[in-house]
Amino acid sequence: MENNSKNKNFFAKPGVASVITAYVGVVILMIIFGLINPNFFKWSSLTTLMRSVVPFLLVGIGQAYVCITGNIDLSIGSVVGMSAMISATLMTKGVYPFIAAITAMIASLVVGVVNGILVGKFKLPPFIATLGTMTIARGVAQWVNGNYNTDNIGSEGPAQAFKNLFYYGKFLGIYTVVWIALLVWFVFFYILTYTRSGRHIYAVGSNVDAARLSGVDVFKTISKVYLVSAFCSGLTGLITMAQSGMGDMSAGMSYEMYAVAAAVIGGISTLGGSGLLPGVIAGASVWAILQSGLTFAGVPVALRNIIIGIIVVACVLFDVLRRSSSKVKKMS
Amino acid sequence: MSEFAVSMEHIYKTFPGVKALDDVQLHVRPGEVMALLGENGAGKSTLVKILSGVYTRDSGDMEILGKKIEGDLNTREAQDLGVAIIHQELNMCKDLSVTDNIFLAREITHKGRLDRESMDRLALEQLAKLGITDMDPHQLVGSLSVGRQQMVEIAKALLVNARILIMDEPSSSLSDVEITEMFRVVKELRKQGVAIIYISHRLEELHHIVDRVTIMRDGHYITEGDFQDFTMEEIIRNMVGHEIKEKYPRDPAQRGDLILEVKNLKAGRQVRDVSFQAYAGEVLGFAGLVGAGRTETMRAIFGADPLDSGEIILADQTVEIKSPQDAISKHLVLVPEDRKRDGLCTKLSIRENIALPNLDQLLEMLGKVSRPKEKALVDKSKQGLSIRMSSADSAAASLSGGNQQKVVVAKWLARNSKVIIFDEPTRGIDVAAKVEIYQLINQLKHQGVAVIIVSSELPEVMGISDRILVMCNGRITAELDPEETTEEEIMTYATKFGLND
Repeated sequence: MENNSKNKNFFAKPGVASVITAYVGVVILMIIFGLINPNFFKWSSLTTLMRSVVPFLLVGIGQAYVCITGNIDLSIGSVVGMSAMISATLMTKGVYPFIAAITAMIASLVVGVVNGILVGKFKLPPFIATLGTMTIARGVAQWVNGNYNTDNIGSEGPAQAFKNLFYYGKFLGIYTVVWIALLVWFVFFYILTYTRSGRHIYAVGSNVDAARLSGVDVFKTISKVYLVSAFCSGLTGLITMAQSGMGDMSAGMSYEMYAVAAAVIGGISTLGGSGLLPGVIAGASVWAILQSGLTFAGVPVALRNIIIGIIVVACVLFDVLRRSSSKVKKMS
Repeated sequence: MSEFAVSMEHIYKTFPGVKALDDVQLHVRPGEVMALLGENGAGKSTLVKILSGVYTRDSGDMEILGKKIEGDLNTREAQDLGVAIIHQELNMCKDLSVTDNIFLAREITHKGRLDRESMDRLALEQLAKLGITDMDPHQLVGSLSVGRQQMVEIAKALLVNARILIMDEPSSSLSDVEITEMFRVVKELRKQGVAIIYISHRLEELHHIVDRVTIMRDGHYITEGDFQDFTMEEIIRNMVGHEIKEKYPRDPAQRGDLILEVKNLKAGRQVRDVSFQAYAGEVLGFAGLVGAGRTETMRAIFGADPLDSGEIILADQTVEIKSPQDAISKHLVLVPEDRKRDGLCTKLSIRENIALPNLDQLLEMLGKVSRPKEKALVDKSKQGLSIRMSSADSAAASLSGGNQQKVVVAKWLARNSKVIIFDEPTRGIDVAAKVEIYQLINQLKHQGVAVIIVSSELPEVMGISDRILVMCNGRITAELDPEETTEEEIMTYATKFGLND
């Protein structure tokens, strides 16, 4: 009996149902693509698939943080590109990869600080504020190497170590970058779920006035979520750079939208106040599986985009309908 | 065909947990101004909302302009019948012009294009009917004074040929000159045979325009009659009635040291000059009408709204409170008025809501919010206030109003606060929940907390307070002893407009 009611509470917890739905979606997609192409379940395909989830997962975590406060971050994709370009430019100029990566991360965090100040302090609409920083960060990405993509960063010791760490290397049979992403996910999961800052993030998204009157520092809280988003974006920039081995000015294009998709499919509400980080793993996986699965199945790019777009809208629609139906229930 | 433009009889309306209207009646003739009077919460707004189709009645007979209303009435049907309502907060699109607002959703088009000339002309005609000839129809409504905006709203109502005009606190945000103009317009409309239902707390202004009065109290119809047959004292007595004071258990305690002193506080338009002292072990009641500036005073002290000038002295030290965090860290807390808007994060669980202001006390290693400590906190408040809930993990939105209010109160009890301000702590909750909150307030008083309570219910503020301050128009107009004062006296001070102006 005790156990039973505990279970009921677990499912009654806001967001849990969405997370479960997202994981069910992952399993269904895996089965479908597995039936179409049995090679899908080979260990080598699976490890590659896991690696392809990583960029979506990282930017999804960032966007999830921002969405839970009821805001949005459109600068994610540009920060990815900026981080890739800064780190690659410095490495081709002979800067030690570790220093180059740190510099790129600091530059990314600066964008996060600016977003936090614009949205949290000056109360700019987040859509406009981050649209501005999105354009600026893309401009910086183009400017750092004089409006050219960089040369290859080479395969000497430190550069290769960088590429291995962030893309090509494996540890215990799984790509190291997957371990990195899991570590990052765990840290941010912990913060969001168990700490005071996490609680403040939910409170601000649920009712900003009540949060403020309860003593929550709203500016600080909004700054934190944009910093998390910028951190995840910067890290993703390093990963895309390690993958291609060079700095591409258009790296990370549209990633802010992939991030919204990963968060929303994972059950994060864009209206704020609810959503659980485990969902983002499923959301990012759905996205990555669709991308690679549809490629495997030989679906042309154009059709692939159409299918994926429909799925994202369907997820949000489902979320909105579920909310309004629960509202009606309470009224009657 | 009856002689009445509006005839409502035996109207009943229940909201979850509250009987809002209990056998109420209202009769208004064409070409007369009917004042609908009563304290806050008497049911006036509910009644006119039923008439204008915002709410549906549970039962009762309704006749509008001789037409019997069967079943539910929606807002559109009410409008079509000729019922218009001018709200206290005006419903205008401030970025649109006067003409655009008057014709909103009733635009005149010619071959698919807006016929601006005709609309401007008709707008001027409508305004002229109100005796206003100096308004530019192209002016943006947002650039007009509040009084002028109200005129535009009335013109808009007349465009759909309103025969019944409901005015809810129309004078509350107007200057004296604007009020005079509004009265002139009301008289003009009366001459044209419009039935006007006039809701106002400013009793002293009634004699300018009112023909008849209907008085309500606690959801009941009390009396009606010609205005000139009543004395002001009779009206006030009928409004406040005679409640039993024992419902509010005041529990005498030893008054302690001066804890909070506020000197010459000014904040925005609503707080003009407020000074008072609050002592440990004392319940200080703030009485007054809605809009008197009590909530705004408390929000300014708590740092929720900026204050323009004035001094706040907490335990002999002048303090600067710039945000609620500052106030909380100085042991001054506010239980806000509107729980849906300011008190609760309804999407979060009950547990998370209660823990929110107390997270600093619940941390363990690695900044983790300790579940056991959190649970202990919730259990303690659950017992202290007997919050009825299925589980502390269910969303705060799932609770009834009274229990939501208890959660809002519970949030603030875990801290060793020296000053606790309750703003309308019992609004919209049932009697049993009210009594629990009164007991809690007494308990806090005995613990040496300085309790400040803002309440619009006179019996409540008289029953629970050790000392009463009456506010009107952003100023304190009286300090009264609840043992000796009467509700009539409080109401007299609460409507003392123009005393200091």
